[in-house]
Amino acid sequence: MFILKHKSLITAIGGILIVSAFIIKWTTGDETLFAWLMATASVSGVLPIAIQAYQALRVKVVSIDVLVTMAVIGAFVIRNFEESAIVTFLFLFGAYLEQRTLSKTRSAIKELTEMAPESALKQMDDGDFVEVDVDEVDVGDILLVKTGAKVPVDGTVISGEGSVNESAVTGESIPVAKEKGSKVFAGTILDNGTIQIVAERVGEDTTYGKIIELVEEAQDSKSAAERFIDRFSKYYTPTVLVLALTIWLIRRDIELAITILVLGCPGALVIGVPVSNVAGIGNGARNGVLLKGSEVIRELSRLDTIVFDKTGTLTAGKPSVAEKLYYGSYTSEALEYLASVERESDHPLAKAVLDEIGERAVYPVEGTEVIKGEGIIAYVRGRRVVVGNIALMEREQVLLNDAVRADATRLEGNGNSLVFTAVDGELMILMGIRDQIRPGVKEGLSRLRKLGIKNLIMLSGDNQGTVDIVSRELGLTEAHGNMLPEDKSAYIKKLIDEGRIVAFVGDGVNDSPSLALANIGIAMGGGTDVAIETSDVVLMNSDFGRLPHALGLAKATARNMMQNIVIAVGVVLMLMAGLIFSEWVNMSIGMLVHEGSILAVILNGMRLLRYRLR
Amino acid sequence: MKSATIQLETLTCPSCMMKIEGALIGLNGVEGDTVKVLFNSSKAKLEFDEEKITLAEIEAAITRLGFSVVKSTVR
Repeated sequence: MFILKHKSLITAIGGILIVSAFIIKWTTGDETLFAWLMATASVSGVLPIAIQAYQALRVKVVSIDVLVTMAVIGAFVIRNFEESAIVTFLFLFGAYLEQRTLSKTRSAIKELTEMAPESALKQMDDGDFVEVDVDEVDVGDILLVKTGAKVPVDGTVISGEGSVNESAVTGESIPVAKEKGSKVFAGTILDNGTIQIVAERVGEDTTYGKIIELVEEAQDSKSAAERFIDRFSKYYTPTVLVLALTIWLIRRDIELAITILVLGCPGALVIGVPVSNVAGIGNGARNGVLLKGSEVIRELSRLDTIVFDKTGTLTAGKPSVAEKLYYGSYTSEALEYLASVERESDHPLAKAVLDEIGERAVYPVEGTEVIKGEGIIAYVRGRRVVVGNIALMEREQVLLNDAVRADATRLEGNGNSLVFTAVDGELMILMGIRDQIRPGVKEGLSRLRKLGIKNLIMLSGDNQGTVDIVSRELGLTEAHGNMLPEDKSAYIKKLIDEGRIVAFVGDGVNDSPSLALANIGIAMGGGTDVAIETSDVVLMNSDFGRLPHALGLAKATARNMMQNIVIAVGVVLMLMAGLIFSEWVNMSIGMLVHEGSILAVILNGMRLLRYRLR
Repeated sequence: MKSATIQLETLTCPSCMMKIEGALIGLNGVEGDTVKVLFNSSKAKLEFDEEKITLAEIEAAITRLGFSVVKSTVR
């Protein structure tokens, strides 16, 4: 429709007419021309509003357009063209500004959806690859992905190789090598190489599609409070209309009746909470935190207890070398011998040792003898290398002086498994290996405490000894070992029954009962399906450092919603009071304050986009 | 029953939402309870009986209100 399409043009014309009317009035004092200009501005301005009002009434909705249109008609009846012109202009200009600022609050989520792949190179019956829309790709199709292109669907590589940036799915932009048989995900980018893939999941079924759907649903999800406001505003506008009509009939005061119509517009109240919500969720999406809706934000902001799974959440979940001590005179060669021996072993500790040593010269190993539960004895370049625990050292009569024994006791006390290396009967190296605390966890926990979390609790299937060591190092409130998944969920139930608001943080694989049972389930899953579906909050790429951000963001968003409600209700109360007790409130001022309050709540919501945890 | 997701032009006022919702619920063949208009993502989601109404007719009802339809998908 022409008029609706050119609303901004009409707004501009209205503005120019009003300004020229005032200039003429002040310079020439020509009241007739002034009235004519204002009347023209009113008529052109009210047209789009009246059309919208008519459309709303046809579907039985008393919209804000209806109120404004009636107010303008009322002003026309009492020949107050100045008021009617200014009111229509302010209403249209306000709508224009709202549109501009609203799109900013939604920008973060839009960026995400715009990253979705749009086209694919699909193999046709004749064997050639043709570019098609991504919607036309079916499961089982063979697709070609070239350097720089987005992987269009989830699938498996059938030929070629390359490296892929998976940040869209995992949040981490390190290239991941892909070859025949590797899984690739929609939305990730092939940095180099060329691959052919077979499509396995397409469209909304892909991991990326699920993430987008989740975020889109989340930004429009409504809490109980919002649903109340919605219901309220459905009856509010008709009530205002009836009130204005009644006043007009009883008091015969059109001026007052139309002022009430304008004041009754519920704008800021209806828009305030959704704006905070979309900006908060958008900020999260940008920072690798997926929040599933406004109810989640509210619960998260009231959290007082966080329960952690140990392995994979607080600790890395695989052993690594925590400390190494050198005793002999030729460390470098000893490390080479150690690497040579461990290279032949598939023991988990051997892997940790090799990861620690890194690239080294290695030599052929002869006469290897594996002693179960103790270690390995082998010959490298003619020297006898013994790698293993303290029992093996003692049996091999390696000299362990008091200093060494003290080191060993200390390392063991910290929860390490010990790996000694002796060359020709002389102790060279001692390594302490354990499942280490993940980087960033300590800082993360102290930030959580600062954000007001009173209880930090760890539950683990490991033995109590290991659990206590980790708990001491992290300064947790409580830590319980020897727990099966059902024990964990029972424990969480107990906490909730005690009246605490509990979040459970786990990897989402074997903890789904706990994730579901807690008030808030937080999955540290690198974008896995299970994690996305069972939890309320997903931390992309399992980054612990994002947990404090999620919590701080939820608190800021909840605060922001409350501020917006206060602004909206406060403005309405202030205007009503002004109308009843004083003279300063008229139609134009009412509209100005009303549009101002809408912009105020949008701008307030926009602050959330820039939120960062200090 | 088919379910449709209709991407609309960017919605900027909450009353637009109510208008579209009202128009869609009133259509014969559209399941009233399933109509959901999402404000922030500017989408309408609904289920309809393809024997009573076509997607084109549903889209026409929205366009008649002055809102343009960007893209629709039916499952």
